[in-house]
Amino acid sequence: MSTVLTAVIVLFLLAAIFGIVLGYASVRFKVEGNPIVDQIDAILPQTQCGQCGYPGCRPYAEAIAGGDAINKCPPGGQTTIDALADLLDVEAVPLDAEHGEEKPRSVAYIREDECIGCTKCIQACPVDAILGAAKQMHTVIISECTGCDLCVEPCPVDCIDMIPIETTPNTWKWPEPPSPMQLIATDRGRGVAASEAP
Amino acid sequence: MSKVFSFHGGIHPPGNKKRSTRAAIGKAPLPKTLVVPMQQHIGGPADPLVKIGDQVLKGQLIAEPISRISAAIHAPTSGKVVDVAAYPIPHASGLSEECIVIESDGEDRWIEHQGLDDYRQLRRQDLIEHIRNCGIAGMGGAGFPTDVKLHLSEDHIVNTLIINAAECEPYITADDMLMRERAHEVLGGIEIIAHLLRPSHVLIGIEDNKPNAIHALEAVLKDTELNIDIVVVPTKYPSGGERQLIKLLTDLEVPSGRIPADIGIVCQNVGTTAAVYRAVHYGEPLISRIVTVTGDAVLHPRNLETLIGTPFSTLLEACDLRPEALSKLVMGGPMMGVTVENDQIPVIKTTNCLIAATAQEMPLAPPAQACIRCGMCEQACPAELLPQQLYWFAKGREFDKAKHHNLFDCIECGACAYVCPSNIPLVQYYRYAKSEIRTEQRDQQKADHARQRFEARQARLEREVAEKEARRKARAEEAAKAQQQKAATQSDASPQPAAAAEPDAKQLKTAAAVARTKLKKAQKAYDEAVGTNADNLAELEAALNDARSKAEAAEKALAAGAPATEEGSGDDLKQLKVAAAVARTKLKKAQDALKNAEDKGLDGVDKLRATLVTLENKAEEAQQAYEQAANKPASPSPAPTEEKPAEVDIKALKQQVSIMRTKLKKAESALDGCEDEAEIARMKTEVNELKQRFEQATAEFDKAEQALIERAAKSGIDLKQLRIDAAMARAAVTKGERSLSKADNDDERSQIEQELTSARAKADELNLTLSQYE
Repeated sequence: MSTVLTAVIVLFLLAAIFGIVLGYASVRFKVEGNPIVDQIDAILPQTQCGQCGYPGCRPYAEAIAGGDAINKCPPGGQTTIDALADLLDVEAVPLDAEHGEEKPRSVAYIREDECIGCTKCIQACPVDAILGAAKQMHTVIISECTGCDLCVEPCPVDCIDMIPIETTPNTWKWPEPPSPMQLIATDRGRGVAASEAP
Repeated sequence: MSKVFSFHGGIHPPGNKKRSTRAAIGKAPLPKTLVVPMQQHIGGPADPLVKIGDQVLKGQLIAEPISRISAAIHAPTSGKVVDVAAYPIPHASGLSEECIVIESDGEDRWIEHQGLDDYRQLRRQDLIEHIRNCGIAGMGGAGFPTDVKLHLSEDHIVNTLIINAAECEPYITADDMLMRERAHEVLGGIEIIAHLLRPSHVLIGIEDNKPNAIHALEAVLKDTELNIDIVVVPTKYPSGGERQLIKLLTDLEVPSGRIPADIGIVCQNVGTTAAVYRAVHYGEPLISRIVTVTGDAVLHPRNLETLIGTPFSTLLEACDLRPEALSKLVMGGPMMGVTVENDQIPVIKTTNCLIAATAQEMPLAPPAQACIRCGMCEQACPAELLPQQLYWFAKGREFDKAKHHNLFDCIECGACAYVCPSNIPLVQYYRYAKSEIRTEQRDQQKADHARQRFEARQARLEREVAEKEARRKARAEEAAKAQQQKAATQSDASPQPAAAAEPDAKQLKTAAAVARTKLKKAQKAYDEAVGTNADNLAELEAALNDARSKAEAAEKALAAGAPATEEGSGDDLKQLKVAAAVARTKLKKAQDALKNAEDKGLDGVDKLRATLVTLENKAEEAQQAYEQAANKPASPSPAPTEEKPAEVDIKALKQQVSIMRTKLKKAESALDGCEDEAEIARMKTEVNELKQRFEQATAEFDKAEQALIERAAKSGIDLKQLRIDAAMARAAVTKGERSLSKADNDDERSQIEQELTSARAKADELNLTLSQYE
């Protein structure tokens, strides 16, 4: 009888000790906010364009953490969707066309002699990439521009163009070699033709 | 002879070198136009210094480096700058970049230049600066600016200087020919670099397929004092790779992600040493290099001393190209070079070879087969990587994993692809994966930057809103405080009997005025009613009487209330004064108007005159009323003693003295600020006058004060003591009053009241005494 009692007491004590330790740890090492939001936010392209329907990338990251769809980010495109699917262990779905389509990266360009200096685009820019003052010509700091499009709409004289970023030898990427895996022995002739084509 | 070690892997492709070493180094023809790219290596592009239309001389600086890792660019020949724009550059992408296009004038005229007399006398810094100004960049492969490497001894201990003369890639013989024909230049360059880096020994790594070059070097090495060893290494590709050569010569491995200088070694290409020699001894910038033009499609393969910016077509023509045989034009060696489509692309500082290959020589790559996991690529890899794994990762876009398998240690030598039995273009996969990773990193950097800016902006907006809110709150609080203060002063004023009389008098006045108006209205209504013989005459009459009586009562109350307090009379006095002043102003205005009117001969002159007269009367009346009132306060005072005028006197005197002082000060400061001489003189007299008046006033005041004190002393009273006592008594009274208002017990209250009465009596007595003397 006493053995059983001892065992019960020991188990009870252990449970109590672990309970206290865990309780303390949950208070002491409490994580503020949802850490997954930061991870999602790190994957999003940070254009802050709002095409997803949220006012910026972080709000969308929070929404995704709350269960929203992962395919609402046109600037990130399929790459971002794949990365998010990988992170959240959900199925990668194609981009939701409702929110726009994936376009090549671009930067805003202000036609400076048409600018009237209304500062509307400056207020719209989410990353402070437009320089200018009231009644003075504005200009875009290209290195800071995320190409989010948000300045185009407010411009009263439509002097802002979105110009796709040109590839320079520094940003040029080697193309992916044609995959050899589609070849089977009987395809040899076609394979040669295919590799000659480009 | 030093011991030779070995590196992992490597291959033995056919050399094909002999064909281009039969002829001596020739001179490439001077082309009509030269295209000089602004970026010829890794690092920052140079910044053009010339404009279209500028005349340049050979060796003239045409673009300066704008960042640390960047090289100066010089005009390769004399001529005119015809364009500064984007042109195709020798790059795998085939894209265009900014270039300076020079139209040669055929004279090839040098700019004035001269070498350094004795570089050993110069400070190291200056010597390196000279080399930087000559635009020397590594001529082996990457074109790394040489001056950056020469600085390495400042923060690294450099034990070994390795001169890379291996030239392991097939076809290329540029370095071989250079050593054969210009061994002394190579040695001179080595001496300069050794002087800068101070290594304990120098090793020249050279493959055993260049016996002539080895002989030439050995011949010149006899004259040097330096500790230079020629290390002949077996021919194996890629022994010319920097890390592979270091392993061969020293058995040391450069850790991944580090530079050779971290293990005390610096590598320089032989071509670079010769360029350094020419820059230091002759002051010649790097404007030409030796290019091997070879391949089966040229009839006379050879090495040509070529100006930077010479189009490939010029070189091919110089070596008698058979255009019909050409199937592939390769820039660089057959292993690591890239195919170019455009023969107008210019030679740059790193162009060491041009292969015009026939279809037999370089057939199209056979279609790739599936990887059979044979492992031959691993055996061939000189960087000891796992090419097969990297291939799978690159293919599956698992770039992270590829990175973890040290993809970036791959030197893209092509040995793995060379041995692959499935003909898989492995190097292309690695290049693709590398550029994808680099792009990803760039995008990530940009995203982080954008996030930072976005968050900063967000924080700023929030702060601005908060600041606005705070300001609004502060304003509201201030307003509330002001309101409270106003209320407090009003409530403070009411309990004081003297102050209370003022609003009373005002109220009474208003009441009287209202009553009068009402009376007038009633009278008017009554008169009208009488005129029209209305029914409600009796009613109106009653109302009129009522109003009249009310008005009379108000007037009476006013008459009783107004003189009731001294303050009230003072107030009246002030009002009278104001009235008098207003009357005077009106009079003046009227006079002015009259004058104007008279001048212009207007009709209303008579009317104006009449107004003026009434106004004059009014003004006089007001003045009189004021004077009367002003004289009054003296008369109703309770004890019209003979001392009273003295009091007035002394106060007035005091005021006068202070006024004089202020005036004097003002006049003096005005005098200080004044510059005009006449003005100064006028002011000086004024000041003097004021001074006199001030002195007079002070004297009068002193006299009066003295008289007072004397008079008090006569009665045996110390005036000062008296003053203090009086003040103390007054304070006691106020204190008592305060405690009385606080006390709630009746007994206590009566006690305090008693005390208060006695204190009051004492204070009154003291005040009275004091007032007698002041």
